[in-house]
Amino acid sequence: MPFDTLDPNVRSDWLTIGSASLLDGCTADRPMATRLLGNHLQAWRDAAALPVVIADGQSLPVLERYGYLWVHTGDGPQRTLFELPEYDESGRRIVDCGGIGVATSGLRVVENFLDMGHFPYIHTGTLGKVPQTEVAPYRVHVDAATQEIWALDCHFFQPRASACAADGIDAQYRYRVMQPFTAALYKSSPDHAGALDVIGLFVQPLDDEHVIAHVLLVYFEDRLGDADMIAFQQMIFGQDKPILENQRPRRLPLHGPLEAHMRCDLTSATYRRWLRQRGMAFGVHPD
Amino acid sequence: MIRLYDYELSGNCYKLRLLLHWLGLQYQRIAVNFHPGREHRSPAFLRDINPLGQLPVLADGDFLLRDAQACLVYLASQYDRAGHWYPDDAATRGRITTWLATADDLTRSIAAARQHYSFGMAADIARCEALARASLRLLDDALAENQASGRPWLAGTHEPSIADIACFPYAALAGEARIDLRPYPALQAWIRAMRHRDGFIAMPGILDPAL
Repeated sequence: MPFDTLDPNVRSDWLTIGSASLLDGCTADRPMATRLLGNHLQAWRDAAALPVVIADGQSLPVLERYGYLWVHTGDGPQRTLFELPEYDESGRRIVDCGGIGVATSGLRVVENFLDMGHFPYIHTGTLGKVPQTEVAPYRVHVDAATQEIWALDCHFFQPRASACAADGIDAQYRYRVMQPFTAALYKSSPDHAGALDVIGLFVQPLDDEHVIAHVLLVYFEDRLGDADMIAFQQMIFGQDKPILENQRPRRLPLHGPLEAHMRCDLTSATYRRWLRQRGMAFGVHPD
Repeated sequence: MIRLYDYELSGNCYKLRLLLHWLGLQYQRIAVNFHPGREHRSPAFLRDINPLGQLPVLADGDFLLRDAQACLVYLASQYDRAGHWYPDDAATRGRITTWLATADDLTRSIAAARQHYSFGMAADIARCEALARASLRLLDDALAENQASGRPWLAGTHEPSIADIACFPYAALAGEARIDLRPYPALQAWIRAMRHRDGFIAMPGILDPAL
């Protein structure tokens, strides 16, 4: 059995190994090589153009959805892959921003993605600006049917909320955590009043302390080219990367002394509690 | 209008943004989808922009110039009338050119290892680390000597030159190549001094000193 983790989440979730486009030109003789949960994987398309993923000589269950490849460890129950109906909604553009390697636990990457409090300090001039540092109250709940975390009614003043923004706006946000390593952000679309753009964060855990963070844009956007949209997202993620890589321990502490969370940390507190309740172990600090 | 074929996360593109900014020049940024799109290796880019498939490329009117170090020399020669960044002095220019070659070694070592860790591109990590350490040692020794003599910048000048701009980005990004800068104290002091220059602009991975 290639995967020896006892974590019930990573055994039953669908985990990404990146964009389906990574298989372009790959064959059984020249496969795409990557890592997942400490294992080496090879992937390619077979004669019927279906994706094949092999770990340790064994074929793994694989889905191709939302332009990405999703792999199951083949050992344990298969959860249903999360819904992302916006992906198929007409009028939206799909822009893959690719994956960026980060030397930390994937849980830290997701937790950072959920945090609005760092915007003015790390994304100065785009997603926030000192002294407008206040995180207004918002609501967080775990959806009873899907067991996903939703943070609603979030808003934050942003001097340049997207690549095409000319003026500051009070950006409306919704956060969603579909799986421990998979989250999405819904955010006011600058040119389409009332509509929400979606940023998907699909984290590929290479091992407990190294990930590839993949970002997918599902946007109403008709002014900018792909390269400008990607440049903006990669700038934001590139600013987070050194912060994430300097956090110690690299694995997320879940079981230490109770931390006093402030109101602005409500999503993070909910995420950590949700991970504890699910028996999360992969990428978790063994304290 | 000057145009810069640019990639946000590239240290070699950033060094041109930094000099253009310090020279007070207006320019148009043309974002190239380096990752994941590999647009710099597309037939159109190779044919029309740069046959070597590298960034940055500078366009000034009809004049198209590749190679980050060459672009620094061009911009300073053409637009820095005071000769501050590329002083008109034979010995200084000789020393600057030496460090422009070191900047290429940093690209071959630190930038290559960083691309491996960030974008999954193939690299011989042991070779990258050996060349990175040799280059950083060279820089640290020279900077220690210059700092002691009161001409603290790389080419032995009182003010920074394009030698400093050329070597700065990938020295400062060494952490993203998983190279520890603690053995190079003079180099670390020089990175701090660069970041605290008036009008400094940051890039992802190189923090603004105000943060």
